Amino acid sequence: MRFVDEFRDAEKAQVLSGQIAALCEPGRHYSFMEVCGGHTHTIYKHGLEDYLPESVSLVHGPGCPVCVIPMGRLDDAIYISEQPDVIMTSFGDMMRVPGGKGSFFDSKAKGADIRMVYSPLDSLKIARANPDKKVVFMAIGFETTAPSTAMTVLRAAADGLENFSIFCNHVTIIPAIKAILDSPDMRLDGFLGPGHVSTVIGCKPYEFIARDHHKPLVCAGFEPLDILASIYQLMVQLRDGRCEVENQYTRVVPWDGNLKALQVINEVMELRPYFEWRGLGFISHSALKVREEYAKFDAEEIFKIPGIRVADPKACQCGEVLKGVIKPWECKVFGTACTPETPIGTCMVSPEGACAAYYNFGRFTRERVKEATRA
Amino acid sequence: MCLGIPGEVIELLDRPDLAKVNVSGVRRAINIGLLENENVQPGDWILIHVGFALSKIDEDEAAAALAFLEGIGTAYTDELDALAESNIE
Repeated sequence: MRFVDEFRDAEKAQVLSGQIAALCEPGRHYSFMEVCGGHTHTIYKHGLEDYLPESVSLVHGPGCPVCVIPMGRLDDAIYISEQPDVIMTSFGDMMRVPGGKGSFFDSKAKGADIRMVYSPLDSLKIARANPDKKVVFMAIGFETTAPSTAMTVLRAAADGLENFSIFCNHVTIIPAIKAILDSPDMRLDGFLGPGHVSTVIGCKPYEFIARDHHKPLVCAGFEPLDILASIYQLMVQLRDGRCEVENQYTRVVPWDGNLKALQVINEVMELRPYFEWRGLGFISHSALKVREEYAKFDAEEIFKIPGIRVADPKACQCGEVLKGVIKPWECKVFGTACTPETPIGTCMVSPEGACAAYYNFGRFTRERVKEATRA
Repeated sequence: MCLGIPGEVIELLDRPDLAKVNVSGVRRAINIGLLENENVQPGDWILIHVGFALSKIDEDEAAAALAFLEGIGTAYTDELDALAESNIE
């Protein structure tokens, strides 16, 4: 139990742990999905599974935007970055993600001008400083980053910038949750709702989960106590036979979200008919594209991307991990061929990916030991 | 990229959507245009994603979030390093 004392308020955590255990009905098993990669990170970092009874398990969801980008989209991005006079800009998180023909880092080593930025507004600045170049921003993320991309496009339009565009890969969380709920191999009792995505979209969009699928959801903060408190709230709902959307993270998440952020996303972007998610396949209305009114800022229009489709590596089971069907360490290549240094799958690349979190925080060893003990 | 990091507004800048913000000692311009209806003022704490303030938070939450982020290690220091390289205008 070497993780137990690593965070403050460990005593409060023990109290919550006891309260959760007291709510477990004998013989019943409980599975809750944490949708957000930030939650996955906290759970592994602090060994929160050690605080839960054996009958409560956490399933790691698809909420890491780096992890769900299909390899083909990255190949398309690399194609753009190799066109004449292009400067590709990207968040650092994307640089090591392997596509079918290598990563941004590989392409940069071969001579493509690919630069890391903190903010899309930094890309805009690079565009202003390089009027003879075409500057493209690799736009990724859920609703937490989509408003920032939209605001940047609006700024580029207002400033009359001619050499800036975005390669839009923004995805939306609700259709992914819906796909998981509709998946025949999923058995879940409730959800920990994402924290920062909910800052933008609010809590209302989750109501269908309670109403139509009869599962409770609690929007959760990122600290260990937030997560345990949210699990407790889910257990109380199940005990009372309720299925509701609750907000544990009221300190940050307003019930209605950030209306201005939703408005700017809607101004600049619209839903695609469908989009491919790594491991989850094609999901209807699950991603955003640039509206026609802003087509001159749409790299997909400007560069006529090839629209490459690449099957995930056969050995890699990111799909099953993202759906929560298997634990990361149950993948055949986990920790052997696939490590954070030499990732095969996206879940091993991002520090918020379930596989990297497992690997980095030693959960792999713990689970194997547990398994061996049971056998 | 996914980390929301808290910062304290130090001063409002010439553009109405920009403020100078202190994040763990790193002072940078941050876009506050998504909070245009919230009357952001110096002394306020905000939660920042990729150069944009997404919500106003109170000081206690900011302190708790900072303590948490400082405990998660490289994911946070990488984000701070990236912010330090940033030059939003």
